Amino acid sequence: MSDVIHHKNIRLPEGSIEKTTTTLNLGPTHPATHGVFQNILELDGERILSSESTVGYIHRAFEKLAERRPLYQITPLTDRLNYCSAPINNMGWHLTCEKLLGVQTPKRVDYLRVIIMELARISDHLICNSIVGVDTGAFTGFLYVMQYRELIYEIYEEVCGSRLTTNIGRVGGFERNFTPKAFQLLEKFMAEYPKVLKEFENLFTRNRIFMERLIGAGPISAERALNYGFTGPNLRAAGVDYDVRVHTPYSSYEDFQFDIPVGTTGDCYDRFLVRNQEMWQSLSIIEQAYEKVKAFKGAEAEIYHADVPEYYLPSKGDVYTKMEALIWHFKIVMGEIDIPKGELYFPVEGANGELGYYLISDGGRTPYRLHFRRPCFIYYQAFEEITKGAMLSDAVIVLSSLNLIAGEMDA
Amino acid sequence: MLNNDYIKQRLAEKFGEQVTNFEEPFNMLTFEAPKEINLKVLQFLFDDETLQFRFLTDLQAVHYPDNTGRELAVVYHLHNLQANVRIRFKVYTDISKPDVFSATALFMSANWMERETYDFFGVNFVGHPNLKRILNVDEMDYFPMRKEFPLEDQTRTDKDDDMFGRGKSY
Repeated sequence: MSDVIHHKNIRLPEGSIEKTTTTLNLGPTHPATHGVFQNILELDGERILSSESTVGYIHRAFEKLAERRPLYQITPLTDRLNYCSAPINNMGWHLTCEKLLGVQTPKRVDYLRVIIMELARISDHLICNSIVGVDTGAFTGFLYVMQYRELIYEIYEEVCGSRLTTNIGRVGGFERNFTPKAFQLLEKFMAEYPKVLKEFENLFTRNRIFMERLIGAGPISAERALNYGFTGPNLRAAGVDYDVRVHTPYSSYEDFQFDIPVGTTGDCYDRFLVRNQEMWQSLSIIEQAYEKVKAFKGAEAEIYHADVPEYYLPSKGDVYTKMEALIWHFKIVMGEIDIPKGELYFPVEGANGELGYYLISDGGRTPYRLHFRRPCFIYYQAFEEITKGAMLSDAVIVLSSLNLIAGEMDA
Repeated sequence: MLNNDYIKQRLAEKFGEQVTNFEEPFNMLTFEAPKEINLKVLQFLFDDETLQFRFLTDLQAVHYPDNTGRELAVVYHLHNLQANVRIRFKVYTDISKPDVFSATALFMSANWMERETYDFFGVNFVGHPNLKRILNVDEMDYFPMRKEFPLEDQTRTDKDDDMFGRGKSY
């Protein structure tokens, strides 16, 4: 081959010996990338001249799979997008289906969903922010808050039976009512977590070393961020107060009082602060939602799903004793329900940005086309621009502070 | 106040008969234009002081194998963040010559979304700086999201299209 020179026994691309810059593969399995994706960096010493990102290592063809799955079988696919906050993906999918089907969910269901979604947001931000700590050399914070992610996972477990890929809820509501233990765990979380978050902030926010590492690393202006399709905390860190929960409220978010924290420079430090502030806001939303849930009395306090016989599985007792319930059970499980025709884009505020579901139904039993708008797939493109000229070690914290989740990027 | 009727009227003033098929499924204005003018429409929506659709939310394609001559639809979701209005804009293209102008000059975010659309549907975005596969392997020689590639094993008889409420159309 003409473009290859022979150097002893190693074949190197032409020019690679005379080259004054270094090519470095960051990833695909480097621990600092926190996920399976690759960055080919061109370095001059420690300074990054250019980078090229490769994604797709864990592509699992969810959009293709979804074209052959009835609605309820698509929920587990959404789990595996952003697996740090799977319940938000699940709820977003259920809300999309409900909007297409024209299902009105009871308020109690909405509030319970809000509780779960905000818990998921906290657990996602918690991981993201403490990983930023780990990447700057502060491991303590990560271990310290991990217990509380564990507690959040215990709440999921109590509600739906699983922890990471939750498949939580059903079209129309929840598969079962929240148990008293779930509420006890929630109360425990609400009582203990503020202290921990405060301590976490004490460890990091005004920590001189931490600040000097983060301030000015990977900044992006509001205008560039919008052009790059940033959403979620990363966009808010750049100073744009766009939040789907406020702009197009879903699941009764309009009933809650909360602030949208914004930053100014869009650098790693602002992203860190915005996420921390959002955790306080989420906590406040959870408290408000729990108050509202507690206010339901009598029969209302037992409602945990809407009345959608075509999509919501009947109770097992009914299936064994009643003909209609048995028929519905069979039809739902076998996926023999035709979905109404329609075309719908439904956004929810995922933990790292606007998570959108674009669903086209042609009246068959499965979506004709389903597209996931995956926020970090879109904003990861900016990585090259915001790390140009930065140090290699900055690239690592930019990666973690952008909250890139390989599962979501690769669908 | 920016509403669907106003957007429709502005588009009709500017592009006349070329923008067609106005619909409002779930209150989102949806319309279509010939693929030759897709950039003109996007630029107009971006620049017009009263419209200001400056955020590209999403870009993807849909394959309609039965629509002869216009098999592939490229769908843009645009958002005016200030007025909080979303619209959906579609262009259709022939699958034998799937050339559509790239929106990368207008939106940086279109870069990977167009690569993804190319990767899965084979839409050739003319003017894209780096149009190559993104999620699938580079060696792949087909476009897997097209409908001629069925998901299930074709030798199975228990999972034909009848099971999915669609008859045996493809």
